[in-house]
Amino acid sequence: MNRYKYLIIGNSAGGIGAVEAIRKVDNEGTIAVLSDESYHTYSRPLISYFLADEIAYDKMFYRRSDFYEKRKVEAILGKKAVKIDFDDKAIVLEDGSQVGFESLLLSTGGEPFVPKIAGMETYDYSTFTTLNDALKLRDKLDNGSIKSAVILGGGLIGLKAAEGLFARGINITVVELANRILSPVLDETAAGLIQKVIEQKGIKVLPNHTIAEIVGENGKVNGVLLDKGERIDCDTVIVAIGVRPRIELVKDTPIKINRGIVVDKNMRTTVPNIYACGDCAEVYDFILDNYRLTPLWPTAHVGGRIAGFNMAGVEKEYVWGTGMNSVDFFGFPVISAGFINPPEGQEMEILIKDDPEKMIYKKFLIKDNRIVGMIFVNEVDRAGVILGLMRDKTDITPFKNEIMLEDFGQIYIPENLRRESAALEARV
Amino acid sequence: MKRVVSNEEVCIGCRLCEVWCKVQHSKSKDIIKAFKKETPMARVHVEERGAQSFAVQCRHCEEPDCVYSCITGAMSIDEETGQVMHDPEKCVGCWTCIMVCHRGAILRDERLRRIASKCDLCPGLDIPACVAHCPNEALCLVEEKSE
Repeated sequence: MNRYKYLIIGNSAGGIGAVEAIRKVDNEGTIAVLSDESYHTYSRPLISYFLADEIAYDKMFYRRSDFYEKRKVEAILGKKAVKIDFDDKAIVLEDGSQVGFESLLLSTGGEPFVPKIAGMETYDYSTFTTLNDALKLRDKLDNGSIKSAVILGGGLIGLKAAEGLFARGINITVVELANRILSPVLDETAAGLIQKVIEQKGIKVLPNHTIAEIVGENGKVNGVLLDKGERIDCDTVIVAIGVRPRIELVKDTPIKINRGIVVDKNMRTTVPNIYACGDCAEVYDFILDNYRLTPLWPTAHVGGRIAGFNMAGVEKEYVWGTGMNSVDFFGFPVISAGFINPPEGQEMEILIKDDPEKMIYKKFLIKDNRIVGMIFVNEVDRAGVILGLMRDKTDITPFKNEIMLEDFGQIYIPENLRRESAALEARV
Repeated sequence: MKRVVSNEEVCIGCRLCEVWCKVQHSKSKDIIKAFKKETPMARVHVEERGAQSFAVQCRHCEEPDCVYSCITGAMSIDEETGQVMHDPEKCVGCWTCIMVCHRGAILRDERLRRIASKCDLCPGLDIPACVAHCPNEALCLVEEKSE
């Protein structure tokens, strides 16, 4: 059995972040990356662009083809981990072989949540989180077997899938259980603007609905029945409600799980020398000052990076992340971070700029003179300056009246409160 | 690590840095042709408030949030120079880098397709165009040793 100083399960944002951090401080310690997918590390958020032919297959890859070789990483790909042997400090693979570790990072990611829907056993449906999902859908598009699709879920994944399919000329209906699309990410007004953009393209959006049954004939889907009885014709159904932590490997083990794997600010699990990051873990959120699932690419990468440093003996804390999303629908950009509405029972000052004609919307949530939430629609430039103020918990009293200005930037912030590079470098 | 820093005490807000950045990143590299026949875009922008002004451009941070957050791998660190590089061919214009750049130094280039745009320290030049043409030496190229 090979034993590696660092064993990383997962070959996506978190795992790669860890490899890069480890190699920054330890050029010799052996590293292995293990994944049940056989691909070189690729960018999951790009699958909708790949579907749309906006990005070629060879541009899907997150790092260059010589990435593993250059960093002396053993890439064990296409092999599934089935068990952690805590006594032997080893991972048991599906074929019975074992891979030993001195320290282990669990960056196993998330898996699509698929609710039980009548008709699912008989009729085919797709999920949309992996390259394989995208390749399968591309095949169907290429051979002309789908002309229309119903997407269950109006979140980021569902709407990006809609955008990708739209580019291929598919007739689309998005069914969303909540009262608006993108409900975890945007408030009512912002979501309304995006819905308008999407509907103007001809995509149907149905909030307050869900699919009751997938129906068809001779084993082939030909429509869905909604909860309120309405029928929508379609050739395929895509389930994109969300992802949940992929934690089957740690179930019934000494590693503590809540909704995801429990970690501290050093990304350590409750078992020594075992770390976790990304979609499978409950990580620190600097706005909530608490731990929660944050299944996002940037937070997975930075969480993995912090885990990597700690695994290599360089102690660092992960205090970088909160809910943060930047996405573009048909050229219409939206960015949000932190709170989007005040949570129940909390008083917050809310500043809003709402210009429906120009389709511009901005919102800041302020508590004790600190920004704790932001939404930018269509006017997103320098949004990071605000996120920086949120992270630094800067008292914005001296420039509160200016934060809504279109050209708000560093110059409006008093020099002593500006974040210069030295402070930044000390942070991650 | 090289980076351009701005001394706001002496910046006069003339925006010549933006002009010469555009010229340097134009096809012709000729100021007349660039402005008449091309649609050049500056990778530096001057922030102004009353009499106060300074140029903002990518600081090529040692721990760059844009690189760590980039969903495609378009942003990367050049291993030899430590510079923060941007590969337009891998960029899809999701603006995640704009969301995390605390300096507000990344701009949207929507001329052909949507991609991020930022200071590349003028490859091929010893002194970046903005520094070379700053009339008041408000912009300086500094080199800091990395850890």
